[in-house]
Amino acid sequence: MAVIFKKSKGLTDTEQHYCPGCTHGITHRLVAESLEELDVLDRVIGVSPVGCSILAHKYFAIDMCEAAHGRAPAVATGIKRAQPDGVVFTYQGDGDLASIGTAEIVHAAHRGEKITTIFINNAIYGMTGGQMAPTTLAGQIATTAPNGRDPNHCGFPLRVSEMLATIDGAVYVERVSVDKPANIRKAKKAIKKAFEIQLSGLGFTFVEVLSTCPTNWGMNPADSLDWLRKNMIPYYPLGNLKSPKEDR
Amino acid sequence: MAKTLMKGNEAFAAAAIKGGCRYFFGYPITPQNELPEYMSRELPKAGGCFLQAESEIAAINMVYGAACAGARVMTSSSSPGIALKQEGISFLASAELPCVIINVSRAGPGIGGIQPGQADYYQSTRGGGNGDYQVIVYAPASIQEAVELTANAFETADYYRNPVMILGDGMIGQMMEPVELRAPKKRELPPKIWALTGTRGQRSHNTIKSLALEPDDLEEVNLKLKAKYDVIRKNEVQYEAFHLEDAEIVFVAYGTVSRIVKAVIEELSSLNIKAGLIRPITLWPFPFEVFDTLSSKTKCVMSIEMSLGQMVDDVKIAVKGRVPVEFYGRSGGNIPSPEAIVEKTKEILGGAE
Ligand SMILES: Cc1ncc(C[n+]2csc(CCOP(=O)(O)OP(=O)(O)O)c2C)c(N)n1
Ligand code: SF4
Repeated sequence: MAVIFKKSKGLTDTEQHYCPGCTHGITHRLVAESLEELDVLDRVIGVSPVGCSILAHKYFAIDMCEAAHGRAPAVATGIKRAQPDGVVFTYQGDGDLASIGTAEIVHAAHRGEKITTIFINNAIYGMTGGQMAPTTLAGQIATTAPNGRDPNHCGFPLRVSEMLATIDGAVYVERVSVDKPANIRKAKKAIKKAFEIQLSGLGFTFVEVLSTCPTNWGMNPADSLDWLRKNMIPYYPLGNLKSPKEDR
Repeated sequence: MAKTLMKGNEAFAAAAIKGGCRYFFGYPITPQNELPEYMSRELPKAGGCFLQAESEIAAINMVYGAACAGARVMTSSSSPGIALKQEGISFLASAELPCVIINVSRAGPGIGGIQPGQADYYQSTRGGGNGDYQVIVYAPASIQEAVELTANAFETADYYRNPVMILGDGMIGQMMEPVELRAPKKRELPPKIWALTGTRGQRSHNTIKSLALEPDDLEEVNLKLKAKYDVIRKNEVQYEAFHLEDAEIVFVAYGTVSRIVKAVIEELSSLNIKAGLIRPITLWPFPFEVFDTLSSKTKCVMSIEMSLGQMVDDVKIAVKGRVPVEFYGRSGGNIPSPEAIVEKTKEILGGAE
């Protein structure tokens, strides 16, 4: 019988703890498949964040460590400097990367650190129960923004990809979404491309993945995907923000 | 090998390279800047990597990453910068990652000043970060001792898979003395099979973690760490005992202050006052046992510090109420003067008679 789908060798058999309908699982799969297709599973080192994906090291069948909240890009820097032929990536949420870890991500990009960051933008703090993130949309309800985010009070949502794309050391920046099969295919392409560029040693590579958090958005999985499409994509437009010259 | 005249901060750096350090991550702060500057010049020549981080927080997390990857790695800073590193140090201790941290300490609190201080005793020995953990803390009193402790620190860190801190006050960092750099004393070290190098098709994947959500799991981690700390307490205590036999008064001092106290002891002996010194070389583990050997002639133990009284807490624990424990200290970057210590001693011994 022809095999039409099989689980990537980059993933373990451990049952994932993510909530039903959470898109973390899809993105894990895309990362694992990309690494497997590039044949680098035996030299990849991953860094998990503090956030719902802290236990990512249980799901990826690769060398991995946990980092303190927001510090994954600094940890990855230490790893990459000590293992320059390793393929090194961080996997971070939007509280981890866009709030407490802004200095670390900006400076990893600024140094042109030869690592890849997968940035999960779900517009909320998942693990701690739905507090406002820097990426929470204007008007969006969060447990610490009970009347919806008021930009006059706490600013407009942060567009991290646009910000990082201004930095010379960041050579590849793309925003993708995992809300439907066509976008998932594009997300896979972007993730694989980011790792390829890391392998060619050109600089810092970054993929922002628009994601859902049905639990803390208070919606079922299908409505969450609709909400992402209707609200997040208009504010966080999909597409490539930056590529190495020869790719353009 | 002939001795060379070196500034403390450069000597720390040279000794680290001698001890096998190949990765250094740091952020500028006075009075330790000559240390990273030396590393930026010399580490690449030794085949290593120097990187200036965007903050102390990033630097200690780069240390964490390089340590995860199995490297010999170091960072250095001074007091307020060490305060920022504490979260990372707690993570390093939790994940049992070896590294060396040098603190060329200055006076605080807050931004404080840039003159020498010893008010980092608490943040060094009490775990400035969260949780039940310890780092091994050495306090050199001369530049020769500083280079020996630093070169050996990498072996010790690897042996116990634990962070090691060298606490040299600003004076040690800034002064110049003749030193001889020697190779470290080798310990029997197993290969770092736990390190994150990529599996390289040789083994199943490695994980380095700190999270343990089940109380029983986390307690098991804590008990394992404690068992290690108990071995360190048993095997790694270092101190110098100076003129303890029939001392009426025993001073306790570390680092630069211990040198002042030695001069005071000479001075007191010309006044017919017998004084001795316990100089802890390891601040953690603290040399508690040596206090059990004090002579029955000892009427008083006095901690002398460049702080308003931090190590004195451990001195009290060590003395166990057998004799009064006194304290004299200066702070803010001031250094206790021999005259003031002599005066204070006369006052105490006079009062006790
Ligand atoms: C120093 C520190 N501050 C706060 C926390 C609590 N905390 C845990 S996860 C988290 C935010 C997670 O949100 P995000 O990064 O968006 O990831 P998600 O859970 O949504 O995937 C916070 C604030 C912590 N663990 N450490
Ligand atoms: S809380 Fe949100 S981000 Fe976390 S696992 Fe559940 S759905 Fe996913």
